[in-house]
Amino acid sequence: MSSSTNKRCRQPKPDEMTGFRTKISNREDFQRIPELAINPLGDRIINAFFSDGEDQVNFRAFMRTLAHFRPIEDNEKGKDPSSSEPLNSRNNKLLFAFRLYDLDKDDKISREELLQVLRMMVGVNISDEQLGSIADRTIQEADQDGDSAISFPEFVKVLEKVDVEQKMSIRFLH
Amino acid sequence: MWLGNLPRPSSRRGTYLFLLVFLLGTVLPLGVASSPDSHGTDAPHDTKHEASNGHGHHGNESHTKVKKAFPVLNFEYESVRLPFEIALWILLASLMKLGFHLIPRLSSFVPESCLLIVVGLLVGGLIKLVGETSPVLHSQIFFLYLLPPIILDAGYFLPIRPFSENIGTILVFAVIGTLWNSFFIGGLLYGVCQIGGKDLEKIGLLPNLLFGAIISAVDPVAVLAVFEEIHINELLHILVFGESLLNDAVTVVLYHLFEEYAGIGSVTFLDVLLGFICFFVVALGGIFVGLAYGLLAAFTSRFTSHTRVIEPLFAFLYSYMAYLSAEVFHLSGIMALIACGVVMRPYIEANISHKSHTTIKYFLKMWSSVSETLIFIFLGVSTVAGPHSWNWTFVICTLVFCLVARVLGVVGLTYIINKFRIVKLTTKDQFIIAYGGLRGAIAFSLGYLLPPDHFPRDMFLTAIITVIFFTVFVQGMTIQPLVDLLAVKKKQETKRSINEEIHSQFLDHLLTGIEDVCGHYGHHHWKDKLNRFNKKYIKKCLIAGDRSKEPQLIAFYHKMEMKQAIELVETGGIAKIPSAVSTVSMQNIQPKQKVAERALPQLSKGKEEEIRKILRTNLQKTRQRSHSLHFMEECDDLKATCTSLVFIVVQGLT
Repeated sequence: MSSSTNKRCRQPKPDEMTGFRTKISNREDFQRIPELAINPLGDRIINAFFSDGEDQVNFRAFMRTLAHFRPIEDNEKGKDPSSSEPLNSRNNKLLFAFRLYDLDKDDKISREELLQVLRMMVGVNISDEQLGSIADRTIQEADQDGDSAISFPEFVKVLEKVDVEQKMSIRFLH
Repeated sequence: MWLGNLPRPSSRRGTYLFLLVFLLGTVLPLGVASSPDSHGTDAPHDTKHEASNGHGHHGNESHTKVKKAFPVLNFEYESVRLPFEIALWILLASLMKLGFHLIPRLSSFVPESCLLIVVGLLVGGLIKLVGETSPVLHSQIFFLYLLPPIILDAGYFLPIRPFSENIGTILVFAVIGTLWNSFFIGGLLYGVCQIGGKDLEKIGLLPNLLFGAIISAVDPVAVLAVFEEIHINELLHILVFGESLLNDAVTVVLYHLFEEYAGIGSVTFLDVLLGFICFFVVALGGIFVGLAYGLLAAFTSRFTSHTRVIEPLFAFLYSYMAYLSAEVFHLSGIMALIACGVVMRPYIEANISHKSHTTIKYFLKMWSSVSETLIFIFLGVSTVAGPHSWNWTFVICTLVFCLVARVLGVVGLTYIINKFRIVKLTTKDQFIIAYGGLRGAIAFSLGYLLPPDHFPRDMFLTAIITVIFFTVFVQGMTIQPLVDLLAVKKKQETKRSINEEIHSQFLDHLLTGIEDVCGHYGHHHWKDKLNRFNKKYIKKCLIAGDRSKEPQLIAFYHKMEMKQAIELVETGGIAKIPSAVSTVSMQNIQPKQKVAERALPQLSKGKEEEIRKILRTNLQKTRQRSHSLHFMEECDDLKATCTSLVFIVVQGLT
C-alpha cells in the first residue's frame, strides 16, 4: 500500500481524522480527481469501484478493486488449485476489464456497448457509420458462437496474445 | 566444399552459381593486379624508352610521335577502376546471398553470417595467392558507409511498444553492463599482462582498459544477423538488440577517454569526472540531434504532396545528416540515427503516399542487407590480410574473460532488475541474453583505428578477431538448437487484429485512470501525457491536412483494410466463390483461405453498400487533395481494389 494511495483517500475530507478502516468516499470525491475527468473511461472506472446500487465505498472495497492490478507473482502459480483464484489472476483481470465494457451486465458485449466505448475513445470527428463498420468488424472477428456479441470466453481468446499480466499490473511500491 | 554436393536438379543452379562466383573471384584479383603499382612499373619503362628514342633522334623531336592505326577496341581500365571494383564487390556479396538460399540444407543450421565470413576468408586467401594487397575494411568506410543503413533500418522499424516498456532494463544492461564488462576484462587482462611473458609486460593499465572497452560492447550487426533467423520472442529480442544499440554511447566515451590518456599513462579523478559528464553529453546530445533532424524531416514531409517521387529521399538524407552531424561532435551517431528514425516515422507515414512508404521500406531493407553482407565478407578478407601477432596467453585469456564477464554481468544485473520488473526475467531468459552477447565488426573497426605506436595494435586485432569468430561461429551456430532445446518462447507471427488494438487502447485508458486514482505516476500516466501533448500540438504542425486529427484507431483500421484489400486482389480475387470451385485455384488459395474468410464480413446488402461508400470516401479523403497525375493514378488503383473487394463480398453473399 502506498502513501499516495492513502493520500488520495484522505484528500476528499481533509478535516476528518478517522482511521482508514472506516474511511468512506462517494462519487463526487472520485470526480474531483482532475485526470479522471479527461480520461475517456473516467465514469466507468469510477463506477467500477462502487458495487451495485451503493453510493459509497469504504477503504476495504476500494482496496479490493485495486487488488486486481497487483502484479502476478511466480509463487502463486504453484498454489493449490482448489483454493479460489486470487483477485489478480489473469482471468480476474480480464473479467474486470470485461465488466467495464458490459454495462448492462448480461455477460455479453453487444454492438451498442462496443459502439459506446469506441465513440468515447475516438472522439467526435468520426462518423457513426464508420464507427459502426469498425464495431461490426470487431465483433465478426471475435464472435465464434454467432450471437453477434462478444462473450467473456471469446474476449479472453481474442486477447490471448496480449501480455495482460504486464499490461494490467501496477507496482504499488513506495 | 559445397561443390561436393552432387548436382541434383534443384542444386544444379547452385553449382552453376558457384562456378560463376569463382570466375568473378578471379576477375577481382586481376582487377587488383592492374592497379597503379603494376602500371607504375610499366610507365617508367616506357618513358625511359621514349627518352632513349628522343636522344637518338635529336633534331626530329617533333616527329618522334609514331602514328598508330585508329584503335577500334580499346582497353582502359584505370578510369573506371574504383566504381568497377566497388560494384563487383557488391555483386559478389549479393550473389553469395543468393547462393546460400539455393542450397537446401545449409542455410537451416549455419547462420548466414558464418557463411559470409567463410566466403570472405576464401576470397581473401585467393587474393593473397595472386600476390596482391587485399582491400581491408577501413574504419572510415565502415563507420560512414556500411554501418548507417543497418542502424537506420533498425531504428525506423524499431518496435516502440516493447522498447519503451522495457527501456529501464535495456538501459541498465547497456550502460552498467558494458561498464562492468570493460573494467572487468580490462582489469583482469592487466593482471595477466603483468604476470604473463616479457612482451606482455609493457602493456600498461590504460591500453588494457581501452581494449576492454572495445571488446565489451555487444554488436548490433551481429545480433541482428543471428537473432533474425532464430525468431525468438519479442521480449528477449528487444532486450538484447536494444542493449546493443544503446551501448554505443558508453563505448564512444570509454574509447575516447582511454585513447586520449593512454599516451600519457595516467588518469586523474578530474578526468574520470569529466568522462562521466561526457557520457551524458554524448548520449543526450546524440538523441537531441536525432530528434531535431527527425522533426525537420517530418516537417518537410508535410509539403511533399506535389512531389511524391522524392519523398523517400528526404527520409534517408535527414537521417544520414543526423548521423554525420552527431559524428562531427563526437556524439553517439547510432543514438542520433535511432532517435531520428523513431521520431520521424509516425509523422512521415501519415504524410507520404503509400508507394513512397513501400519504397522507403524496401530501400532500407535492401541497403541494410547489402551492408551486412559486405561487412561480414570484409571481415573475412581482413582476417586473411591483416598483420597478425598471435599471443596464446592474451588471446585465450581475452576469450575466457569475455564469456565470464558477460555471464556474471547478466546474472548480477538481472537479480537487481527483477526487483523492479513486473514480469520477471527467468533463468532461461538470462541464459539467452548472456548467450546473445555477440561481438562484431564495430569492435574490429575500433581496434583498427588505434594508433600503432601507443598500442600493440596487431595483437589487439588478433584477439578481437578471435573473439568475433568465436561468438559468431560457435554462439551463432548453437543458439538455434539451444533455443529449441530450452523451449524458449518463439515470436508470434500473426499481425495485430482490430480487437487487440481496440482492447489494448481500452486497457491503456483503464490503467491510466487507475494510476490517477492511486496517485501513482507510472508508465501509463506519462505515456498518456505524451500522447495528449502529441495530439494537441505536434501533430498539427507536422501532419498535413485532415490526417492530423485522425485518431490512431481509425488510422490503424484504414491501414488494415487497405492491406487486406490488396491481399485479396493478389490472391486472385476469386477466393470466395463457394459453389463453382476449380481445383487449380483451390490449391493456390488453400493456405490463404483463412485470411479471406476472416476478411469478408457476413453483412447485409445495406451494410455492404455502406462499406463501399465508406471505403471510397475515406480513402479519397485521406489522400491529399491535389491534382497531380500520381494522385489520380493512385486513386484509380484504390478504387479498383475497393470495387473488386466489394464485388467479392457480393459474390460471397449470393
